[in-house]
Amino acid sequence: MADQGTDHSVLLVKGLKKYFPVRRGFLQKVIGWIKAVDGVDLEIGQGKTLGLVGESGCGKTTVGQLILRLIEADAGQIVFRDQDITAFPPEEMKPLRKEMQIIFQDPFGSLNPRMTVGQSIEEGLRTLDEGGRPWRRKRIRELLEMVGMPPNVDDRYPHEFSGGQRQRIGIARALSVEPSLIICDEPVSALDVSIQAQIINLLEDLQAKLGLSYLFIAHDLNVVEYISDAVAVMYLGQLMAYGPAELIYDQPLHPYTRALLSAVPVPEPGRSREWEPLGGDVPSPFNPPPGCKFQGRCPLVEDRCRREEIQFYPVEDGRRVRCWKVLGK
Amino acid sequence: MIVMNQNSKPSPAEGGVLEAPKRTLFQENWNLFRKNRLAMAGLVVFVIFFIIAVGGFFLTYGRSPVFDPALVRLQEKLRPPLSKPNLETLKPEELPRLGIYLFGTDDLGRDVFSRMLQGAWVSLTVGFVAVGIAVIIGIILGGIAGYYGSGQISLGHLLASVLVGGGIIGILLGETAVGVLLVLLGAAVAAVLIRMGNSKGKGPIPMGFSVLFFNLFSVDVLITGLIDIMLCFPVFFLILTVVALIPSKIHYIMIVIGLTSWMGSARFIRAEFLSLRELDFVTAAKALGVSDWRIIFRHMVPNAMSPVLVSATIGIASAILIEAGLSFLGFGDASYATWGNILSSGKDFLFDAPWLTFVPGFAVLTVVLAFNLFGEGLRDVLNPKLKERH
Ligand SMILES: Nc1ncnc2c1ncn2[C@@H]1O[C@H](COP(=O)(O)OP(=O)(O)OP(=O)(O)O)[C@@H](O)[C@H]1O
Ligand code: SF4
Ligand SMILES: [Mg+2]
Repeated sequence: MADQGTDHSVLLVKGLKKYFPVRRGFLQKVIGWIKAVDGVDLEIGQGKTLGLVGESGCGKTTVGQLILRLIEADAGQIVFRDQDITAFPPEEMKPLRKEMQIIFQDPFGSLNPRMTVGQSIEEGLRTLDEGGRPWRRKRIRELLEMVGMPPNVDDRYPHEFSGGQRQRIGIARALSVEPSLIICDEPVSALDVSIQAQIINLLEDLQAKLGLSYLFIAHDLNVVEYISDAVAVMYLGQLMAYGPAELIYDQPLHPYTRALLSAVPVPEPGRSREWEPLGGDVPSPFNPPPGCKFQGRCPLVEDRCRREEIQFYPVEDGRRVRCWKVLGK
Repeated sequence: MIVMNQNSKPSPAEGGVLEAPKRTLFQENWNLFRKNRLAMAGLVVFVIFFIIAVGGFFLTYGRSPVFDPALVRLQEKLRPPLSKPNLETLKPEELPRLGIYLFGTDDLGRDVFSRMLQGAWVSLTVGFVAVGIAVIIGIILGGIAGYYGSGQISLGHLLASVLVGGGIIGILLGETAVGVLLVLLGAAVAAVLIRMGNSKGKGPIPMGFSVLFFNLFSVDVLITGLIDIMLCFPVFFLILTVVALIPSKIHYIMIVIGLTSWMGSARFIRAEFLSLRELDFVTAAKALGVSDWRIIFRHMVPNAMSPVLVSATIGIASAILIEAGLSFLGFGDASYATWGNILSSGKDFLFDAPWLTFVPGFAVLTVVLAFNLFGEGLRDVLNPKLKERH
């Protein structure tokens, strides 16, 4: 990852941190912190897709919401198209809301059950101050067609649709404000495998047609392989590995990446799978021990891993790895 | 491994074009509701009561109404139901319109049927206005607690509101000069808070002022505390006390009932808001740049209304009961006939004129029961756990 944003980068995130306080007792005293995001750096190129992969609870959703400024970061910088938006007040954020959108994992919770599909999409169009009702109605139909839905379903309620269809409607709503960056927060994790492929293909088509950039969040490497240009692997609030997609898949360096890849069910020919699969559960992000966050589950763990904070070492080919051992440092 | 060679059009597996005729949530709920016989009976009684009450308003309103609830015919007092008027002692305009006293007459010879009609209208308005006030207060306070609950109230906020509040009370009590001074002081504190709040983070707050920003408790603690305090009082006695202190006008009674029964709605709205604001469609609205105001009223309130609707329906019944109770105890508005004061006058003639007790008693019972059954039925229909979700 480059330290300076390149000309064509849409989003640059540096040292992003978010700690949630844990409160107990009558007086709600803070007894500790959940380090949900603990120093994350990301860069997304124009028209490119960055895959963000990690197990449940590692802080992926929090990263997405921090980027959208839906929650406030404790530290770090969010640079969108050369503008540092980290401390933008709400009024200045408003025009940028149209530039960055989000689609969600849960196709049931993501649509307002008391609004028709058309009304849900119209919520975005209303913020545009463009055209009147007839224009919005026409645009709703165009957007529905764009996501592969029949345009005449605009007066139906969400409960009449399947999960995949609702996901398409959610995409149409995100597209309504013509964004350039979309945070896809596990958009296919709740869907059947056959439908997952359709939604991913739809996202690819839209990217080609509209020049969108994606931050594509998933909890297994397998899902993002096809769509990502670069992949970041996250563990307990930190990035463990980062690099171009082919390298992450073909020559994984970090023990965590290797463990994740060994869990992929059907190995492709020519790709070795001799690493140990992952044992144990994700530890709690509440007051983690010092040193490498992966120490509790790492097959290669040594004393040094428990003593010192591990750097995010740059490797050739634009890769980065947070493990001293595999790099022989 | 995901097969990636399909195109992005929906396959039959995803569910093709919707063929089923379109049904709104309302239609689905209605079909469920219809299956509940008791609730349907409640709804039917409610509709009949509504029509009678609205009709009663027009028929008993004005200088010379069709049915005059206040017309005294002393020579015809305590006539039993269905009895014929004595044509010789009555002037033609004093004759009951139906030709008979359908529900009899009371101790002043007033036609109980006319009085019941007017009482129906009074009960209906008391129920709806009181519950309307309660629900509006509940939505506002519950909504603030649920949406902005984590906001902190600082020493400065408290100081400003105590000064302004004290000043207004001072003005009302006639101490105009002191009152105005206090209000101005409060406004000054508020101005300091707003100006420094805006520049917070840009520079240090000057010494001495920082004490104003000392956070005391959260908005949520304030509002839930207020709810708990209000719940400590037995509502009926609270209302009795207040009604004893103010003129007994029907409007005041409605307002007092409303002001003392908003706690249930506030709790429901707060709880719903706490869970709704975590839902993705609310996050989506925020990400689209929809205003807070629109998110609250267009996205959250409609989804939070089901439990409020249920408690409001049952609340109407208890407001009607409270008003009847107040009238019965003599704290009601004597310028209207209400079911409560018909009952009240009937208690002195329980054996001579039992209809004075039974007619309004039966009416109160039926209407209160109907509202409760209707409310329970609504609760069942609106409870997502009882409905299969697909
Ligand atoms: N508002 C919050 N308050 C307190 N803790 C929170 C909050 N939001 C998230 N967390 C905690 O932060 C951690 C990261 O959560 P996050 O939702 O970002 O994970 P995730 O990677 O998206 O997981 P999943 O795959 O389950 O969606 C979790 O331990 C979670 O419990
Ligand atoms: S730093 Fe140590 S514990 Fe962490 S991944 Fe490398 S070897 Fe494993
Ligand atoms: Mg998540």
